[in-house]
Amino acid sequence: MKKTLAVLLTMGLALSFVGCGSKEAAQVAETAQETATEVAETAQETATEVAETAQETATEVAETVAEVAEDVKGEGVMSYADYEAAELDSEVVVETYVQAKQSWWEDKATFYTQDQDGAYFIYEMTCSQEDYDKLTPGTKIKVTGVKSEWSGEFEIVDATFEIEDGNFVAEAKDVTDLLGSDDLIKSQNQLVSFKDMTVEAVSYKNEQPGDDIYVTLSKDGNNYEFCLEYYLNGSDEEFYNLVGGLEAGQTVDVEGYLYWYEGPNAHLTKVTVK
Amino acid sequence: MNKKRLGLALAMALLSIGTLTGCHGAKSTSDFEIPEEFDESRNIELTFWAKNDTNKTQTAIYNKAISDFEELYPNITVNMRLYTDYGKIYNDVITNISTNTTPNVCITYPDHIATYLTGNSTVVPLDNLFADEKYGLGGSYLKFDSPTVSEVVPEFLKECMIGENHYALPFMRSTEACYVNKTYVEKLGYTLPETLTWDFVWEVSEKAMEQNADGTYKINGQNVLIPFIYKSTDNMMIQSLKQLGADYSDSDGNVLLFNDDTRQVLKTVAEHTKNGVFSTFKISGYPANFLNAGQCIFAVDSTAGATWMGSNAPLIDIAKDKLVDFETQVMRIPQYDPSDPKMISQGPSVCIFNKADPQEVLASWLFAQYLLTNDVQIAYSETEGYVPVTTKAQQDQAYLEYLSLEGSDNDQHYDVKIKASRLLMDNTENTFVTPVFNGSTSVRDAAGQLIENVTKNVRRKKTVDDAFIDKMYEEVRALYHLDQSGAAAGAGGKADLGKLPGASIALLTVLVLAWVLIAAYWITDKLRHKEQ
Repeated sequence: MKKTLAVLLTMGLALSFVGCGSKEAAQVAETAQETATEVAETAQETATEVAETAQETATEVAETVAEVAEDVKGEGVMSYADYEAAELDSEVVVETYVQAKQSWWEDKATFYTQDQDGAYFIYEMTCSQEDYDKLTPGTKIKVTGVKSEWSGEFEIVDATFEIEDGNFVAEAKDVTDLLGSDDLIKSQNQLVSFKDMTVEAVSYKNEQPGDDIYVTLSKDGNNYEFCLEYYLNGSDEEFYNLVGGLEAGQTVDVEGYLYWYEGPNAHLTKVTVK
Repeated sequence: MNKKRLGLALAMALLSIGTLTGCHGAKSTSDFEIPEEFDESRNIELTFWAKNDTNKTQTAIYNKAISDFEELYPNITVNMRLYTDYGKIYNDVITNISTNTTPNVCITYPDHIATYLTGNSTVVPLDNLFADEKYGLGGSYLKFDSPTVSEVVPEFLKECMIGENHYALPFMRSTEACYVNKTYVEKLGYTLPETLTWDFVWEVSEKAMEQNADGTYKINGQNVLIPFIYKSTDNMMIQSLKQLGADYSDSDGNVLLFNDDTRQVLKTVAEHTKNGVFSTFKISGYPANFLNAGQCIFAVDSTAGATWMGSNAPLIDIAKDKLVDFETQVMRIPQYDPSDPKMISQGPSVCIFNKADPQEVLASWLFAQYLLTNDVQIAYSETEGYVPVTTKAQQDQAYLEYLSLEGSDNDQHYDVKIKASRLLMDNTENTFVTPVFNGSTSVRDAAGQLIENVTKNVRRKKTVDDAFIDKMYEEVRALYHLDQSGAAAGAGGKADLGKLPGASIALLTVLVLAWVLIAAYWITDKLRHKEQ
């Protein structure tokens, strides 16, 4: 019996050491030669593949450009004008392109999206972590949800989505001249820029770094509110410090998504101190 | 006031997951024993996690309290970390319990402490500290004028009990108030009663929906009007059930929320939402913004939000040109039985976390207790519609003078803010709290979710009937893990960790086998010896 027990324990010990062996010198030399041959072969194959891929990509880009230029909506999908006209609390279906991601938690995610006609803020859309990772800027998605308004911000809530073929990344639209006008709201949620603004005040939401930063900028003697939304880009330490360190009197160009909270409250994405 | 609800939503989501993870990996700390003497020869560093209401004056008061305390106890340094919502504090505490890096002193809610207690000896029970002759409340060795136990408002102190022990000190107290546009109510032909009833609020709200031919509302001449907006729908449901004498939960952790009284409250909400008279903070925005723009008549929010309410409010989030001039009346929340009013007691409490070094814990206690001194209590309560938690502060000449100057300016003595404080002081005996247990936070969230779901679906023109409510009960139960038997098991109890991995099963099998073999050998050996 003692022998049996000893054999069982020895076997267990032996099993636990499997995989810990080391390679002999001869094996290493042989492997080196094989690797050199493989590298040469791989280089040749890669060159051919790169050429093929380049051709394919060129074709795809051409197709995408054509598609985006037209931005043809699928069946049952609203145009931006239809979306604008839709009643609050009604179901909406839009095709749009992810521009930025704000947050993900427990299969809910918030996005800034835009097509060539307008922008859609999508609040807490059902989205797995896996899908969230796929939704890089430019990705086309078909969103089905409910149009809603929260403190002046129009958004799509209780939404689901499908990823579609297509890619579009918006360029910032200069809306400086629209500041203070009723037309500014027409660019709500779009990526916009404001030029030659003067810094009036900067404050941290909870008076310490680590949360949103509220920035007051002025133009022609009128103040406007901006925000570094922590969940959007608070982890970009360089940007966070730049915004937190802005001083009254500085002149800046800024870009951001034109969020709305009882008035324009752009979420900053870029600040250039002049 | 928060300028967004995204952080709040995320924090609440974090909070709900926190309840499921709270019991994993907690390291044990021995029970705290009060040292004979506080050792002032050693330097002690404390971390204090505090919450403010995005109110700079509150931060300044915390800073002053810290520097005054450090002057009294030069060997103690207090490092403060500020938060703007309780959910974030809760989540960070849960994360730090597992690594034994909790703060020393923390602003919190008893509901949250109930979950912290799933860790071993994490939060220090305070009963022995209260009674300690030297360092307890009113203790002889203290370097500051501390209140005695009897000078802490008993209702507020009782709220800090979990089971048989006190695990927190109340820091500030508030309740909910209904901020009423009295000008509009009278313009509609009504006179405000002494106590609002739900029927009155619904009736006036319905009346306010009359429109002009151009689609604007007669009462305000605007395109927007939501006569009744409730900020905290969990409180709305909890207080409605309390007023009706209906079930909600009990101290054993039984979830009794999904009943016919709840159903009736939901049907009433649905009936009036259908006509556009009711909405919530989550669906439409802050009640204060609508009230101040003349787009809301009955705005229910915390008394701790009073500085945002009214035409002359010192804190305003809407453009000045949108402000409408009206008279604000601060009233108790609507009641089912005006002769027996019921309202929630809420507000921050302060707890201290256990540490290996008893001197560090004693230093934490000294600081927590310092927050109850008159200077801190009076200064902080004046920042919002809070009420000091000690009778000592409430009866102090400085505080009485502050109250007497109600309405003398629109800042420090803003009338709506002081009226909100008085509302709680005059109704302390009418306040209540819900039972606290591990998971009680989830029951609260579920209560609010029911109202949110009904409101949202009615606005979307869905039918809200018994079948809808039955289905919603099931969904909300599942969402908040209230669908398991017993005391809110899933809400805060131990989570189902699923099947054991194959490798673990194999290892356990080998271990069992080894023990069987050892036992067999031992028995055989014994039998052999017997035979010999």
